[in-house]
Amino acid sequence: MSLLDKPLLDRSVGRMPSMTVQDITVARWLSEFHRRGAARFEQLGWPGRDQEYWRHTNFAPIINTRFTESQSAVVHSSALDAHRFSENEAAIELVFFNGFYQPHLSRLSPINGLTVQTLGAGGATSTGDDPADAALLERHLGQYASMESNPFAALNAGQFRDGAVIHVQRGVSIDKPIHVLFYASAAPDGSPMINHPRLLVVAGEDAQLSLVESYVGDAGGGVYFTNAVTEISAGAGSFIDHCRLQREDAGALHVAGFEVDLQERANFISHAATLGGKLTRNNLNVILNGERAEATLNGLVVISGSQHVDNHTLLHHEKAHCPSHELYKHVLADRATAVFKGQIFVQKDAQKTDSKQSSKSLLLSDEATMNSQPALEIYADDVKCTHGSTIGPVDEEAVFYLRSRGISLDAARHLLTYAFAADITRRIKVAPVRRRVEDFMANQHGLPQDLRITDLGQHDEKAR
Amino acid sequence: MALLEIRNLHARVAAPGGREILKGVNLNIDSGEVHAIMGKNGSGKSTLCQVLAGRETYEVTAGEVFYDGKDLLAQSAEERAREGIFLAFQYPVEIPGVSTSYFLKAAVNAVRKHQGQSELDAMEFLKLVKEKQSMLEIEQSFMNRAVNEGFSGGEKKRNEVFQMAVMNPRLGLLDETDSGLDIDALQTVAAGINKLHQQDSQRALLVVTHYQRLLNYVVPDFVHVMIEGQIVESGGKELAMELEKRGYAWVEQESRR
Repeated sequence: MSLLDKPLLDRSVGRMPSMTVQDITVARWLSEFHRRGAARFEQLGWPGRDQEYWRHTNFAPIINTRFTESQSAVVHSSALDAHRFSENEAAIELVFFNGFYQPHLSRLSPINGLTVQTLGAGGATSTGDDPADAALLERHLGQYASMESNPFAALNAGQFRDGAVIHVQRGVSIDKPIHVLFYASAAPDGSPMINHPRLLVVAGEDAQLSLVESYVGDAGGGVYFTNAVTEISAGAGSFIDHCRLQREDAGALHVAGFEVDLQERANFISHAATLGGKLTRNNLNVILNGERAEATLNGLVVISGSQHVDNHTLLHHEKAHCPSHELYKHVLADRATAVFKGQIFVQKDAQKTDSKQSSKSLLLSDEATMNSQPALEIYADDVKCTHGSTIGPVDEEAVFYLRSRGISLDAARHLLTYAFAADITRRIKVAPVRRRVEDFMANQHGLPQDLRITDLGQHDEKAR
Repeated sequence: MALLEIRNLHARVAAPGGREILKGVNLNIDSGEVHAIMGKNGSGKSTLCQVLAGRETYEVTAGEVFYDGKDLLAQSAEERAREGIFLAFQYPVEIPGVSTSYFLKAAVNAVRKHQGQSELDAMEFLKLVKEKQSMLEIEQSFMNRAVNEGFSGGEKKRNEVFQMAVMNPRLGLLDETDSGLDIDALQTVAAGINKLHQQDSQRALLVVTHYQRLLNYVVPDFVHVMIEGQIVESGGKELAMELEKRGYAWVEQESRR
């Protein structure tokens, strides 16, 4: 495999002499981790369409492209500015360019109980008490995103050369969002490039945090491939509000593994907005691994042209008394195609599971295709699991109602499309994310200035 | 010149083999007049309202309609609204995700822009709305709720009349606005309609109803009976009472003669 031809970087060589013993331990551990990932990817190879889990997406644009591995580079670009949050909007902000940490663009202010480590060869940048916590890495990294069966996760494990580990300690609440911005590009000569964002978030017992991941980029008319892995470990009683804002370039290929482990009473809310990219495959797997843990998955897909988005989600109910709620909405224009596969797995002991799943899709064109599949696998006998799926065009009754009030046909359609998505956007608590999604919707669907919604997207405190 | 002039209007369901519903309707409405159309279910009353408002699920196969001297049938639904025609729906549509406030402001400003008036800003709009809210006993919170979402039948109908009050049309088409209302709600809605009428003596209303009940409160100048897609009998308000007493059978018999 061309990707893996070059030898893996040995972290124990070429390090600064100022490295601590812990740094060296981390480096060695990572080196071994990379070796395992690379080896596993060699064994697995790219997914084939004969594999049920992968068959909904044609990965040929990835498989048939020769990508260069991204290299550590310092970027000085104002292109990123539009995607950054202001100081008021985020507690800290970590910026990555092609998978590599950009200290000069990032904002790390010391916060009690919050530790950030980056995993690059230039030495771990960290804030907080632990300069490089080998034990934390060993305990969590790769524990949730298994490289055993998922070739993309194995590839990421083998190839990532930077990343971040965020640790919120027991009982600590971070009052503003933590923003992690991943910006990607093609190679400087315009040839296709691959990057491997890697993020691990560990929330201690009763910790509370809001995390935003932004995936954006500029392929400059070329191609790049973002192969991201995020792992979240939510300790007992912790609360995590998570936003994933994907606005990749039109030439972007994007595969993401997002794995969440919830201990007892942990509460996890995900808002995933997929608004850009040529080909996207997201795997969001949540394991409710302790009693009374709760998960809410909200998703919004807005695509056009010949874009393809494939969202596979799994709510794995391992323990009893866990509620889960899932609502994914899709707006498909032109020849866009989307897949929603929502798996709910209820283990034998997960009695009193209460799981609701809903997928709703708005087709703005006859040529758009939606493939929505619930997949329920239930081994407990005292559970409530419901699912529903609707796919249809804009409601013509509603269009006429608006027109009968003087609103033009185009504006009526735009407004209804916006309103369809607003069902998700209004649940997003993080204002800079909500505003970006709303602006995107308004621009994308040519909402005229006089119909631009400012008071419609009121954040609904009760919705979740 | 009549405000609205309907001549030999024929319309069918716009679908292959669609049934003809309006079979030659003739009706003139002058500014300031209140007309009531009564008739049994399926007689074509609601279809007439929808055709006048520009619903494209019906196809006009013959006839003409002039509104303010202009060919109404050549205009799109939104143009008709901007020219001052308002349809209060029999079944108002729920629009989740769009607040009543946003929706109404967009509507009012679309009309104002068309009529060469300046658009209302948030404060001006609020002032306009408040005045109409008290008239129809509508709560403040109403404006922040999504259009008709989760509204009771009565709330939806009140919302229609409220919208009409805010939009200030020249011709109001009220399609069974009384159906599904209890007596208290009926009185509120009727009082609202009457106030609208009093406020602008030039405003014309076409009230479509199944029962005479609403006409006790909103007193029509003319009453028409519609049977099988045609207006077969017209008279003053006493015709409504007669229909209430004797039913529709005698009109049907007379119309066959």
